[in-house]
Amino acid sequence: MSRFAPWHDGSPRGLGTVLSADAVRAAADHAARTAYGKLVALLASRGFDLAACEDALADAFAAALATWPTDGVPRMPEAWLLISARRKLIDRARRDRTRMQASDELLRRADADIASPDEAPAIPDQRLALLFACAHPAIEPAARAPLMLQVVLGFDAARIASAFLVAPSTLSQRLVRAKRRLRDAKIAFELPSADQLAPRLDAVAQAIYAAYADGWLENDPDRRAIADEAVWLARVLAVSLPGEAEAQALLALILYADARRDARGVGGVYVPLSAQDTRLWNHALIDEAELLLRRALTSHRLGRFQLEAAIQSAHIARRSTGTVDWTALVQLYDALTLVTGSIVARVNGAVAVARAQDAAAGLVRLDALAADPALRDYQPYWAARAHLLGETGAVDAAREAYLRAIGLSSDPALIEFLRAQMP
Amino acid sequence: MKYMLLAHADDTPFQAMSPAEMEKAVGEYYAYTMALEQAGILLAAERLRPAEDAAVVRVGPDGTPRVLDGPFIETKEQLGGFWMIEAANQDEAVRWATRCPGSRHGTMEVRAVWERS
Repeated sequence: MSRFAPWHDGSPRGLGTVLSADAVRAAADHAARTAYGKLVALLASRGFDLAACEDALADAFAAALATWPTDGVPRMPEAWLLISARRKLIDRARRDRTRMQASDELLRRADADIASPDEAPAIPDQRLALLFACAHPAIEPAARAPLMLQVVLGFDAARIASAFLVAPSTLSQRLVRAKRRLRDAKIAFELPSADQLAPRLDAVAQAIYAAYADGWLENDPDRRAIADEAVWLARVLAVSLPGEAEAQALLALILYADARRDARGVGGVYVPLSAQDTRLWNHALIDEAELLLRRALTSHRLGRFQLEAAIQSAHIARRSTGTVDWTALVQLYDALTLVTGSIVARVNGAVAVARAQDAAAGLVRLDALAADPALRDYQPYWAARAHLLGETGAVDAAREAYLRAIGLSSDPALIEFLRAQMP
Repeated sequence: MKYMLLAHADDTPFQAMSPAEMEKAVGEYYAYTMALEQAGILLAAERLRPAEDAAVVRVGPDGTPRVLDGPFIETKEQLGGFWMIEAANQDEAVRWATRCPGSRHGTMEVRAVWERS
């Protein structure tokens, strides 16, 4: 089912539309961006079923778009939406009373919330608890990032599916299953205890990073929107958990990447990191990332995201020094490989070795990975291999690896780049 | 699981291509097919001749066979080729389909094959 999400429908909101509709949409848009996850979190923390909360909120947003143009935007839009959604949930709970044992308790707790749109106190922000619920160990990893995007940000399943390159029907089933799991396993919408926070935080950070990385790869506006929202989620996480180094490092990592957005593709031509014009980088974002990383490293509790951010920091150091310290990068990639065991870190480590020593040394490292089945469709491995083979003068082997890298690419700019490199 | 990746595209841009453009396009299909082959998951792949040479056959309810010129349905996009692959699941098959040049020239359809019991 495609959920109603009026603020993500991609319709033009610029000049030229009727002012009142535009103003209403802007108000709904603003309320939605900050309120949607907040309201879902609050309703879900009161014991209502997650899917039911979303349906009720979707109805509330629909009612807002229908009535605000004539009645005016309420003074407290969030409270208006909460009350409207809550009313729908209560109606439903009353209807289901015979089936639902807990309905009396639910109604009592719901009534303890605000009663009128004008006397609303600040709505407690439990989005963080919602993020942790979405990345709960009981939820299959592939569903975590999509679940966050839907539940916390209100993206509809079709757009999330497209960004994650998954069939929409498959993703919808995955989301339904995840919500049922949250309900049936009675997973509480609350922050994990102190001793559980670190491992649970890692899952949250990974899901946010997955949402960002999937969006960053393409220039498609839908994916871009998801990447932008992932930046915002990383900010929520970093601000909410100022004492957690990995939360700060995740935001730093994402900001480093985001800062290079404009330099990565110039006029439809793909430009690799080492060839990017540093003047096209967003230096304000990089400065912020550097500050976050420095602060994270003072905790002396090294983690995956601090290593990833430190790697980014080493790469962008050439904006001031003009050079990249490849020996330091080899060490950082090796440390990251130890922590994550990921093929991505291994391949990048091999490339760093090639730069620190020579292409042949890099190839030795790549050859050592060759048996890993994950490489059979991992494009960066074949692109790196092709490049290093070309440098050693092994023309035929290089051409074959370039062809394979091209065959594994979907981005025309990247294909063009690889074709131009081919000896 | 076996999956059929079906490439549907409008054939006219291909017929209008210069030899250099054609070589480039064919090279991309070659690279893609080779990547599948070297990944060890390619079962079969063929490019189909243009649909204007096709024939459509149908036996009516009275038992009379009819042979017509193709394409059967008036549509610009026609089946231009296919790849049959072995993939762990639909997600993997979809990822492979996004890499196919057919997804840039037209539409790729990803269909699971009934498993023989």
